[in-house]
Amino acid sequence: MIFDLDIIRELISALFLFMGSFLCISGGVGILRFPDFYTRMHAVGVTDTLAAAMILIGLMLQNPDGLVVIKLSLILLMTLFINPTASHALAKAAFHNGLMPLIEKNKKNNSLPDKKQESEKG
Amino acid sequence: MLIAATLAVLVVMLLAIIRTVIGPTLYDRILAVNMFGTKTILLLSLLGFVMGRPEFLDIAIVYALINFISVIAVLRYSDSFEFGSKTGEKTAENRIPQSGERLELGNKEAE
Amino acid sequence: MKRGELIESLINIVLLSLLVGIAIAIVCMKDLFAVVMLAGIYGLISASFFVVMDAVDVAFTEASVGAGISTLLMLVVITMTGRTEHPTRHKPLLAIFVVVVTGGLLIYGTFDMPYLGAIDAPIHTHVAPRYINESMQEVGVPNIVTAVLASYRAFDTFGEVVVIFTAGIGVLALLSVVRRRDEDSVIDSINDSMHEQHLILRIVSKMMIPFIMLFALYVQFHGDYGPGGGFQAGVIFASAIILYVLLFGLSTARKVINQTLIQLIAAFGVLFYGCVGLVSLLNGGNFFDYNVLSSDPIAGQHLGILLIEWGVGCTVASVMIIIFFNFAGRKEFQQRNGNLIDNISKKNKGI
Repeated sequence: MIFDLDIIRELISALFLFMGSFLCISGGVGILRFPDFYTRMHAVGVTDTLAAAMILIGLMLQNPDGLVVIKLSLILLMTLFINPTASHALAKAAFHNGLMPLIEKNKKNNSLPDKKQESEKG
Repeated sequence: MLIAATLAVLVVMLLAIIRTVIGPTLYDRILAVNMFGTKTILLLSLLGFVMGRPEFLDIAIVYALINFISVIAVLRYSDSFEFGSKTGEKTAENRIPQSGERLELGNKEAE
Repeated sequence: MKRGELIESLINIVLLSLLVGIAIAIVCMKDLFAVVMLAGIYGLISASFFVVMDAVDVAFTEASVGAGISTLLMLVVITMTGRTEHPTRHKPLLAIFVVVVTGGLLIYGTFDMPYLGAIDAPIHTHVAPRYINESMQEVGVPNIVTAVLASYRAFDTFGEVVVIFTAGIGVLALLSVVRRRDEDSVIDSINDSMHEQHLILRIVSKMMIPFIMLFALYVQFHGDYGPGGGFQAGVIFASAIILYVLLFGLSTARKVINQTLIQLIAAFGVLFYGCVGLVSLLNGGNFFDYNVLSSDPIAGQHLGILLIEWGVGCTVASVMIIIFFNFAGRKEFQQRNGNLIDNISKKNKGI
């Protein structure tokens, strides 16, 4: 029975790690391919926190020991605090300093929406 | 799976570096560096497990703290950078010098 | 085991090539802000590299100093100096020649060096075996790096602390600005804009600052058992205070933190460190021989390491705070002068 639980734990951990890696990579593709600052920020800000949470939870399941889990949950807690705050502050500072989002009127050609869809798929 | 996750994080770090190098505006760079910091925290945690020594997570905690402080520092001092320098053409294009003008332009765009 | 080694060398190769790529990018870029950002990334990657190489204490220092404090200081500096590099007027042929020759000689020199991790390398045959085999009996501290740094090589560490203290004095002598009280209001108005803009940032940071200080104390006192020690703890503690300065402005921070006191603490740390050595001399041992500090040699070693780490932490934290305060103060001084000039020119235009 205990053996079964171990396998289940490993599987859940692998699932979390896989989800985390997928979110990481999608965030990475997003920061590279999105057309302007605010869309990039959206890609990174959303995926970064969730990916970190997923990977850290996956690691916690790998080694359910006392101190390691405490340290990992400390990192998780800090990531949950810090990342959204930093994203918020960054977006606000960018807008205050007059960086305008890329809107329909500024668009040079019509290829941008296609690109966006592509990177969402990738 | 640990190794795959490590490789994924390394690839994303590479992408973030590319954005830091090409990133046309100041804020793109800050964003990329912030993301890079988060990924380094993940990489360090993962490396501890890949190499079988998960005790060294203290460094990841330090990173999380330092990363936060540097982002705040960059924001604090970004106000005093002159924009529109040679490398920041995109910023110069999109930048509106004063708040009054920004409102004006915002209204125009809304129309 | 074989697979593990393969993975490790793969990660090493990736990290090292990233380092080389970033170094080239830093050299090529003209935008100094991007260079500072890349330098921060360089610090982060080299620290990850040190973790892979098992040098956890070095990685800790690199994380807090290389990626943290030095990025902050460089940022403050480029706000004063301007954001772009000046174009070079002349062709630096002589400089390139010197660099190429020196680099060639250095690479030639590495051919005589033993391979990385070779068993017969001098560092592995000279004193390292003694540190590894006997430090537990002689010093009784699980972290060998701390044992070497604070006990076997205490005199060298004393030198390092004195160097840091000297750097602090140098910054004080070169950059300190005489402040006039009546001008604080002008600076306050500049800082207020930051307060109102970033309410959420302020609240979250307020929650983080005590935690960062607590973590610094953990690093300070946990240095005997895991990675950490006075240097890292000092830097982390200083960065908590720098965070406060960044959010609430220099003039508010000056009211909270007495600069004279900080300067005294910096001197006190060095003095304290030296006094531990003197006490061991007076008790009949060598300079920094902690065995004589207590009736039990191991207890004496523990006490000595605790005391000198405390001295190191005090000095490093206060010197970092002094450096940051003076850099930021110099920047404000420039800003204020700029404002005065603006006001005068506006008046002139009005006339």
